[in-house]
Amino acid sequence: MLAIIRQTVSNGASRNRPAFYASRSYSAAVKEMTVREALNSALDEEMSADPKVFLIGEEVGEYQGAYKISKGLLEKYGLERVRDTPITEAGFAGIGVGAAYYGLRPVVEFMTFNFSMQAIDHIINSAAKSNYMSAGQLSVPIVFRGPNGAAAGVGAQHSQCYASWYGSCPGLKVLVPYSSEDARGLLKAAIRDPDPVVFLENELLYGESFPVSEEALDSEFCLPIGKAKIEREGKDVTIIAFSKMVGYALKAADMLAKEAISVEVINLRSIRPLDRATINASVRKTNRLVTVEEGFPQNGVGAEICASVVEESFGFLDAPVERIAAADVPMPYAANLERMAVPQVEDMVRAAKRTCYRSV
Amino acid sequence: MSTAFSAAKFTSPPFPLRSHDKPLFDPLKIPNATSPFLGSTRKIRRSSSTKLNLHRRSGTVVAVSDVVKEKKSKSTSSLLITKEEGLELYEDMVLGRAFEDMCAQMYYRGKMFGFVHLYNGQEAVSTGFIKLLKQQDSVVSTYRDHVHALSKGVPARAVMSELFGKTTGCCRGQGGSMHMFSSEHNLLGGFAFIGEGIPVATGAAFTSKYKREVLKEADCDHVTLAFFGDGTCNNGQFFECLNMAALWKLPIVFVVENNLWAIGMSHLRATSDPQIYKKGPAFGMPGIHVDGMDVLKVREVAKEAIARARRGEGPTLVECETYRFRGHSLADPDELRDPAEKAHYAARDPITALKKYLIENSLASEAELKAIDKKIDEVVEDAVEFADESPLPSRSQLLENVFADPKGFGIGPDGRYRCEDPKFTEGTAHV
Repeated sequence: MLAIIRQTVSNGASRNRPAFYASRSYSAAVKEMTVREALNSALDEEMSADPKVFLIGEEVGEYQGAYKISKGLLEKYGLERVRDTPITEAGFAGIGVGAAYYGLRPVVEFMTFNFSMQAIDHIINSAAKSNYMSAGQLSVPIVFRGPNGAAAGVGAQHSQCYASWYGSCPGLKVLVPYSSEDARGLLKAAIRDPDPVVFLENELLYGESFPVSEEALDSEFCLPIGKAKIEREGKDVTIIAFSKMVGYALKAADMLAKEAISVEVINLRSIRPLDRATINASVRKTNRLVTVEEGFPQNGVGAEICASVVEESFGFLDAPVERIAAADVPMPYAANLERMAVPQVEDMVRAAKRTCYRSV
Repeated sequence: MSTAFSAAKFTSPPFPLRSHDKPLFDPLKIPNATSPFLGSTRKIRRSSSTKLNLHRRSGTVVAVSDVVKEKKSKSTSSLLITKEEGLELYEDMVLGRAFEDMCAQMYYRGKMFGFVHLYNGQEAVSTGFIKLLKQQDSVVSTYRDHVHALSKGVPARAVMSELFGKTTGCCRGQGGSMHMFSSEHNLLGGFAFIGEGIPVATGAAFTSKYKREVLKEADCDHVTLAFFGDGTCNNGQFFECLNMAALWKLPIVFVVENNLWAIGMSHLRATSDPQIYKKGPAFGMPGIHVDGMDVLKVREVAKEAIARARRGEGPTLVECETYRFRGHSLADPDELRDPAEKAHYAARDPITALKKYLIENSLASEAELKAIDKKIDEVVEDAVEFADESPLPSRSQLLENVFADPKGFGIGPDGRYRCEDPKFTEGTAHV
């Protein structure tokens, strides 16, 4: 379904759709959905399918969700299943874990993942490690979700990306959706999964609209956990990204195509388990790799991908791996500094050219 | 918000600190609450060393339910327990004590390693509370959890093997001393971080209420007990959970095992107001203080607290004044505690006290109790032998049980992604 790339015939009315987005083929009648709607519909369907699923977090009920992700759910499912909590991350994350021990399926929302640091004891020590410590007696079918990474001008304490922190912990599954289809499929899979899942969304993607296929709209739609997606096929260099950076990578691929560099863009979708098979297969095909992430560079996701490629496909590399990450500073507030602190499309274009030994 | 009381009630201290004859301020203002248990204070401790009062607290406030007093005067027998109950309590406490003593021996012989925290001296709290629970009720503990596990019904063999790190342990050797879990006995751990167990316990209580109200399992009245120490009562998670448990009226009892010491930090040096039970009413639940060296008193308070939770009236905070005879852990030289303080509490050993009670009230004879002692010794010896002879975990066990979903990719036994199997999405409603 996705093999052909065609320019979209854009109707001017849709302000939400980013201008670059061109990598899907679809018939004229395909529906578009924002990531927000996708998450909302996924939650709605899972809550109606299984009465054990409940949503707990700050502002998820009467406020309709801090970012309106849980809009309408309170009216539909009632106070017991859509729980507004006091500002007690550690407390309600732990409550979620305790409930999950007994087979309920909590979806714990953090207003942003920065606040999850107040609850990280429960995410790691009681959720991730419990199945192991109890030798399989207590599994924790919980989902921790919320926006992750930089937004726009929110400052250092609201902009950190936690993919690499959570991705290093055994016992957790860490998912990073990009498009609406990713958001729907991965959230449904996460809720049904019997293990703790950290679901890292992105605030700036919530309003972005993507076309969704009929299959994705089906209430049985789930995506596999631990499998990356090749968003765009290419021959010359692989760019691996996740979450918002996938959009930037696709843009960079368009720009590079004009210079006759064919870029393969991989949307990781899952940080843990990391789809090393797809990553390595792609590198073996193109022989060049650029990794992109929004988090800090040291000990980041790009470092892990690089290590994996060096371990498994070293002989196939024609150039050193380029790693693009945020600047190694807490996020500044000034708009121009913030732009410099986060990867931009131009950075990816230059990096890809460097791997191709082209002058930048 | 769904709170039922106004903020005005809490501007002044809820009640003065001396004894009264009638029940006082009821912080919950529950219209249909008939039990005088809520928030009442009575002075019932008979005599305590004045010297020690200087160490502990300025007032001698003890709060035990009025229900106890009424019961004692109304019932025909003046005893708090029957013979069977008495023997059960005695056996449980002796098991706890003998087991912990054996742990110390085994540790110094190198069979046990890492962090081991012993419960000697606090048995009355564990026995007094846990023996009142049903199998489906849950217990959440801290790293000092061996005796909670034993009281809840985990076999001594399984606990000892777990401590030795053998594959026959209750967690197959993967948890260790601080992480005892048993889903069969609803022992939810076993947490090393203090305060970590409290939200988990609150979640278990939440599940009980959820099952009753949302999943419509009408007879689900399971209660959860959260055990933790005095040091934990200064931790943020404790207050967060007191708030939420009272807000949502969860069936949980918060049991503080106040043994005055957090490793080497005295409770009085660490806490602005050392009277922990007062923190209950600040959040809208009863706060009770009880002598934790007396299993019968603990049992009476526990009965009422657990019954309250079962009735759906919400949480209770119970502070048990107790003491640990040994150091914080087996690695603790225990130099900071005053020997006079230790001697004072050693004289109030809960096991000797219960023994005395049973014999004086002719509930049991010396010989019967000695027989129990002997039986427990044998049980503990057997546990050690069993643990000794059990095998270490095999190498393949290292990577097992990280995920409930075996390969962690959502891959089913047939090698395909589970989500592609039509059965995976069975029961999906159409919205």
